[in-house]
Amino acid sequence: MVDTVTSEEQTANVNKGLDPIVKYENVHKSFGDVDVLKGINLDILPGEKVAVIGPSGSGKTTIIRMLMTLEEPTSGHIIVDGKNLWEMEKNGELVPANEKHLRQVRGDIGMVFQHFNLFPHMTILENCMTAPTHVKKMSKKEAKEQSIQMLEKVGLGDKLDNYPNQLSGGQKQRVAMARALVMRPKVMLFDEVTSALDPELVGEVLEVIRDIANEGEMAMVLVTHEMEFAIDVADRVLFLDEGVIAEEGPPSEVIQNPKNERLQTFLHRFLG
Amino acid sequence: MNWNNDLFFQALPFISKGIWITLSLTIVCYVFALIFGFVWTFLKRIPNKAINWVVTWTMEFIRSTPPLVQLYFIFYAWPEVPYVGMTLSPFTSAVIGLGIHFSTYISEVYRSGIESVDKGQWEASTALNFTTKQKWTKIILPQAIRPTIPMLGNYLIILFKEVPLAATIGVVGILHLAGDFGSQHFRNIEAYTVVALLFLLMSYPSALLVNKLEKKMNMKFDKKATNGSKTLNDSEGAVS
Ligand SMILES: Nc1ncnc2c1ncn2[C@@H]1O[C@H](COP(=O)(O)OP(=O)(O)O)[C@@H](O)[C@H]1O
Ligand SMILES: [Mg+2]
Repeated sequence: MVDTVTSEEQTANVNKGLDPIVKYENVHKSFGDVDVLKGINLDILPGEKVAVIGPSGSGKTTIIRMLMTLEEPTSGHIIVDGKNLWEMEKNGELVPANEKHLRQVRGDIGMVFQHFNLFPHMTILENCMTAPTHVKKMSKKEAKEQSIQMLEKVGLGDKLDNYPNQLSGGQKQRVAMARALVMRPKVMLFDEVTSALDPELVGEVLEVIRDIANEGEMAMVLVTHEMEFAIDVADRVLFLDEGVIAEEGPPSEVIQNPKNERLQTFLHRFLG
Repeated sequence: MNWNNDLFFQALPFISKGIWITLSLTIVCYVFALIFGFVWTFLKRIPNKAINWVVTWTMEFIRSTPPLVQLYFIFYAWPEVPYVGMTLSPFTSAVIGLGIHFSTYISEVYRSGIESVDKGQWEASTALNFTTKQKWTKIILPQAIRPTIPMLGNYLIILFKEVPLAATIGVVGILHLAGDFGSQHFRNIEAYTVVALLFLLMSYPSALLVNKLEKKMNMKFDKKATNGSKTLNDSEGAVS
């Protein structure tokens, strides 16, 4: 397994000139008897913006949850920055990863959730500071500075001492982004981050994501139903259907010029 | 039989001496139950079917046997059990008996507190790469403890009212002293009136206190916990 990774990485090197930051190799996932994902192969390059679209229940959330280690693949491998995420080597053998290994590898990944999942017992500032302080062992002063900087960037510099329940949905989601960003992940996952918002609050959140995307550095995987937004932001779009990536390519092809029939039907619902 | 005021005022100081024992037994039992409740909760969270089964049924057994029977068993029968059996003082027997009995209820309170914390809180703390210990201490417990406080208060009052059971195995609390007083004077009405009065005097204010605490906690909790909606995938139906 380890050998395969190396040789494939070399191929990727030749082809694209860059090692992928994330690699899915024939990843399957079932819940009970239900096969949700039936062989996902996917390379994500550093800084690449990938949009994932597809009908409800097609497994979009499951794909990114496996990368965030919230769900374990049934088979296949996920490689993060050259490291096998769900397996580790022990006495020359590959064994299922333990929590220590997962912690080492998942440090590169961050995630923003559909329902924000802010910590209700902490202020906005504390929400952002807690992980840098306790996980990255940053000094309080530095964590505070960086958190404030990040909160200002998402336009919430004046809400530092408020509690999450005092904010609108759009503001909560922007806090959640600041909280994830301050950990400086190499890959950030967005799971339909505007779906739980009132329509008039969607814009402010997409605006912030656009700004982050324009900074370039960080790879982003965006599960979304906002097609216009995907066209703007994504380098590549994946259409997930019946457990596989049914079509992929730049937005100009996948969204604006779809070949797959089911994709065409799917898009009709979003683009008039 | 007539009410005898003099006897009542004699009984009052005599029986009141037992307050200290009754209160300290309550407190010691309670602390024991709080700690043991934690042990049950911890054991139940071990992801092993066999352990889970044993723990669940042990707790069920303890909960569905009357505490009086448990007290009798520990005090009278335990010394006769081969190898592990030993004679325990009435006070110790009462602590173990009532403590273990109540610990099974307390454990349920802990469990409900932990389960009241949204699953998304665990996921967010995984996404931020907290260690397991940090998840508990920084994220889950601070949210889980708050809603349990009124319930724990209620159990303290219930326990307080069960403590007189210990008189049956000879713990010299107020009930026991009332019995002594009654047999010395060949009348019981004054003595047991004192007991009832003392319990009322102690438990009614505590009930009020717990009530107030409950209201306060509910308000606080409602205010802080309305963060995001609880259902998963709920907005996806709207799309397709
Ligand atoms: N924890 C789970 N247990 C059982 N089934 C699940 C679980 N998570 C997701 N599923 C199922 O897997 C399928 C894909 O879910 P999901 O990844 O959430 O899809 P999407 O995000 O594309 O709507 C759905 O049919 C869903 O019901
Ligand atoms: Mg989803």
